[in-house]
Order: sequence, then structure tokens, then C-alpha cells
Amino acid sequence: MPRQKHPQIVTANDLFEGDVIYLTGEGGWTRVHGDAAVADDPDEAQRLLAIAQAQPAQIVGAYLADAAIGPDGRPQPVHFREAFRTRGPSNYFHGKQAEL
Amino acid sequence: MYAYDDFDADFVRARVADFRKQVERRIDGSLTEDEFKPLRLMNGLYLQLHAYMLRVAIPYGTLNSRQMRQLAMIAERWDKGYGHFTTRQNVQFNWPKLKDVPDILDALADVEMHAIQTSGNCIRNVTADHFAGAAADEIEDPRPTAELLRQWSTDHPEFQFLPRKFKIAITGSPNDRAVTKAHDIGLRMVRNAAGEPGYEVIVGGGLGRTPMIGKTVRDFVPKVDLLPYLEAILRVYNLAGRRDNKYKARIKILVHETGTDEIKAMMEEAFAEQKAVFQAPPADLVACIEAAFAPPDFDNTQSLAFDRAQADDPVFRSFVETNVAEHRNPAYGIVSVSLKPVGGTPGDASADQMRVLADLAERYGHDELRVSHEQNIILPHVRKADIPAVHAALKKAGLATANIGLLSDIIACPGMDYCALATARSIPIAQEIATHFDALKLERDIGPLKIKISGCINACGHHHVGHIGILGLDKAGVENYQITLGGDGTETATIGERTGPGFAAEDLIPAIEAIIDTYLDLRHTGEETFLAAYRRLGPQPFKDAIYDGQRASARAA
Repeated sequence: MPRQKHPQIVTANDLFEGDVIYLTGEGGWTRVHGDAAVADDPDEAQRLLAIAQAQPAQIVGAYLADAAIGPDGRPQPVHFREAFRTRGPSNYFHGKQAEL
Repeated sequence: MYAYDDFDADFVRARVADFRKQVERRIDGSLTEDEFKPLRLMNGLYLQLHAYMLRVAIPYGTLNSRQMRQLAMIAERWDKGYGHFTTRQNVQFNWPKLKDVPDILDALADVEMHAIQTSGNCIRNVTADHFAGAAADEIEDPRPTAELLRQWSTDHPEFQFLPRKFKIAITGSPNDRAVTKAHDIGLRMVRNAAGEPGYEVIVGGGLGRTPMIGKTVRDFVPKVDLLPYLEAILRVYNLAGRRDNKYKARIKILVHETGTDEIKAMMEEAFAEQKAVFQAPPADLVACIEAAFAPPDFDNTQSLAFDRAQADDPVFRSFVETNVAEHRNPAYGIVSVSLKPVGGTPGDASADQMRVLADLAERYGHDELRVSHEQNIILPHVRKADIPAVHAALKKAGLATANIGLLSDIIACPGMDYCALATARSIPIAQEIATHFDALKLERDIGPLKIKISGCINACGHHHVGHIGILGLDKAGVENYQITLGGDGTETATIGERTGPGFAAEDLIPAIEAIIDTYLDLRHTGEETFLAAYRRLGPQPFKDAIYDGQRASARAA
């Protein structure tokens, strides 16, 4: 398996609300990117993804996203799309930026 | 306006009831997402970046005050107090919760609306000239045909699983305001030698990854033959269109790969077969639809109020210049209400604004509203004498921006602020352009200019047909914007040409400014529009301006 460039987290959308969620180390879900479980290698990433995909009655569209570890030791988004998903739209103060 | 008969009403209610059960089964776990997704898409429900999104059809862009008020109610009760009007004359709600969607659909059904066929590989909501029935240049109102197409295409058993989505646009005017040449099928009303109205049929236009201008496959199809002729086109496409590659599945690719003459022959052959067996819609149904679109009872009382208000109030005069178009009845005007306030989100209206628009339509506009593909709202029939009062009410509601057809009347798709397919944001770019040029106070001097922005290659923002088109891409993890110039979505439709390498967001505004400065420097007179100047000059002076400028600033840095 190729080495991965970045640590990864698992993200999806909540089935009921539609909002962005992240898989935690306990196999549950959080709205906060920084609380996501981090996989440092591809095997661990696949294991986390499998945990997420086993919950089709709670979530939609789980996938792995690259993350960087911030100075506080918590994951941060790498790509701008993932950064937007942690906040919400830029034209209104709606979504996570208003709710969290 | 067309009113639902029992068949329409029962059909829409039955679909809501089905979907209610489907949502229940998804929530209780009996349906997987793979099973549920096609069902929700059939009912206009997408899952976007931050939330679900419900796309509601506004057939041929026409609605009445009661429907607009219901959209306002839905926006407040189940969403965040606003709606987004789209380039396909639909309205989108960006924040519904899954469990609420069946209730929203029932509320829509209460006012004869639905979200059917706003997604999926079927015939989508038919779009029309937003001035239909009002325009001075129109042969006939095309909406009776559009309504017939809605009824014919809704749940058409043969065309529910086409190779890809299928979009039809229709106009009754020689001045094409419906972008008919960039649709899977474009219908332009024309008269034959005997003076009878029928349709020129244009096939295989489209934007997206492979932009194409449609090809005329028939100069004239009599109205009575239109449905069997369209069935023939769709049958040829359904059988021969590619299903091996999503990006090559639209009819434009089939037309392009087959060749216009060959595809015409295939369609004519299918038409001959179809015409022989086609059961024409009953004459009383057709008559009933036509009666529903009869012109309103115009009030021809003469009044000087309109001229007086223009003479007295420069703000009103400026509004009339851009936002009021010529009506077929000289006592009336067509009022375009801009949903592009400087710095705002193109196409958004708050629930309060929707109610103001509904009130104005009811009081002054024969109870009609239109959504334009340029993401504005139209009051198609306003007595000129009432336009000053309409303008005053619009001003109070923040809806009197006098910029229709000018630089800040920008089309922008939702982009990566909402859309899961987007590769970059569109809305902030539109906001920055409008704000920047507003500060320069050049908009009126620049004159007619269409800027269109898409946040991905699918081109919902019609960037290919913008005089200045902007396409947002993801370039190695950074938002990057390509510029196209010289596009045109009217009867002289043209695909814009790419200037060259794209720009980072912060370099885009200077590039747009360089393009506009070049135009202002090189135009013959104030009368020569941007598009005319571009056609005369070609791309080079504009390329020189934006890329030389960039090199100069790189040297300086």
C-alpha cells in the first residue's frame, strides 16, 4: 500500500440534518473537525472508514479526508473544501460557524 | 396562468405521499442510501456540502403571488428565511432537514407546485423566455407549448432513464432571452411562408465540459407536429446516446459524433414512424391550456404619471433605463427586479422580499411573476402609470437596484459555498466584482455587460456564454479562476474563448479591471458595447492587458 502523505480523518454528512460530521475514536460522530479520530497510516484509515460505513442508518457518503496536525495536537483540514465544510458558506453566517 | 386539473393535483399529492413513505423507510433503516438516493433525486432533494438542498420547479419560470408567498412561508418555517433563484428558473432551499421535506412538498402541492424532475436523467423543468406573453417583439406566448411539454414530459414512461439529463428551452421571440442554443433542445417560434407560427428546432446545444452551440435540425415544425417530433428526437437519443461515459452522454455529444446531417436523417425517420402512431393531446385540453395563458385584461387608460416621475426623479429615471423593458401594450412596461444588490448573493431573496414581490404582483401586476435564468424576478405586466409606485415599494424592500444587463447583474452558481460538485467558490467572486466596480462608479459608462461565473466545469453559471465568463477551478489545492471572453447566449450565440492561464482569487479582480479598461480605451464610441468591441478587436488586446499587467506586477514584486 502506498504511504500516505497526510494523516486522514473520516467525514460524512448526517442522514437526518445533512450537516458535516466526523468520526471519533469511539466510533461515534462529532460536528467538530478537531475532535475527529486521526489515522496515521492507510490500514488505520481503512479501519476507520469501515466503522463509518457500517452505520448507514445514521450517515451518508463517508470518505477519508487529508488532515494536518495543528499545534494543539488536533487535526486541521488540509484542502480548502474541507476547511469550508468545517465552517459553512462564506456569504451568510450560517452553518457550523454560527452553530458551534 | 395554468391551474391544475384533478389529474395534476392527484398526481402531485400521490408523489408526495410516496416520498413521505420513502423518507420514513430511509430513516428507519429499511432503505439504504444507494436505494434512497435515486428516489430523493426524483423529488428534487440533493445532499450538498453543508446540508440537504431542495430544488423546486417553477415551470417556464412563471408563478403567481400565492405561490411566491408560499415560497416565503417555506423559507421561514423550514429553512433559513431565504430562497435562491437559479439559472434554470427554479428556486432552491439550502437548509431543509430530511424529515421536513415531505411536509415542504405538501406545502408546495397546496399551491400547485412540486420538485419533480428537477434532478435525474429525465426531461427537466422546461425553461422559457421570462418576458413571454409580455414582450413587444414576440410572435406568440410560447407558454401554452411549454405547459404542454410539462404535461407530456412529466413521468413520460419512455424518457425516465435517458443517458443523461435533458433540458428544453423555448422562446416566442426573435430576440432570444432563453439561451435556446445552449440547450439539449431549443425551440424558437418562427412563422412559415403562410404566416403560421411554428418552431425552429435546435438540438445538441449545451455548456458544461464540452460547450456546444445547438444545430438547427428543422427550420419549421408546425405546432401540431411538435410533440411527435420531440419524441422522435428523444427516441433517437435514448437509443443511440452514449451510456458508457457520463461526460459523453449528453445529446450534444451524439449530435457532434454522428454529424448534423446524419442525426437529422435519423430524427426524420423516427418522426415519420412516430407521427403515424402518435396520439395527439385532445383538442379540448390544448384549448384549455391556451385559454389559461390568454393575455390579462389590460387597462389602457392614459396617464402622464410615468413620464412625470421620470422627469422629476433621476433615481427613477435610471431605474427605468435599465430595469423596465418594452411591453407589447404601450400602456404597460415589463419590470425586472434585480436580485443582485451590490455585494449581495446573486439570485437570493429573503422571505420578506418574496412577500413584497407577491404583493406588488397582486396589486399592480395582474398577479404574475417570472423568474429569469439571469436570476432576477420579473413583473411582466405593470401599467406604466403604476411603475413609480412599484419602484418606491421595491426601494423600501432593498429590491430597486438599477443594474439589469449591466456589470453587476452577474449570474453566479452557488459554487463551493453550497454545491458538492463545485471546485471553487463563485458567490464571493460575484460580490467582489460588484463591490469593486461600484466604488469606481463606471457601471453605466461601461454599458451592457454580462459577467457569468461558474464554480466548476458543469457551467451552471453559464460562463461560456458570458461576455466575460469566469470558471472556478481547484488548482493544486488553491482556488483558481479562468477567464473566457466574447461569449453570447442570445440568438447570435457564441462560446467564449479562454484568455489563457487562470488567476488566483486575489489577482482576478485586477484582471477583470484590465479587460474593462481595455474596452473603455479601445471602443469606437460610447455606443459600441463590450461584445461588439470584442468581436471587432479579437482577444489579443485583452490578453495583452491582463497578462502583461500580471508580468509587470510580478516584476515589481
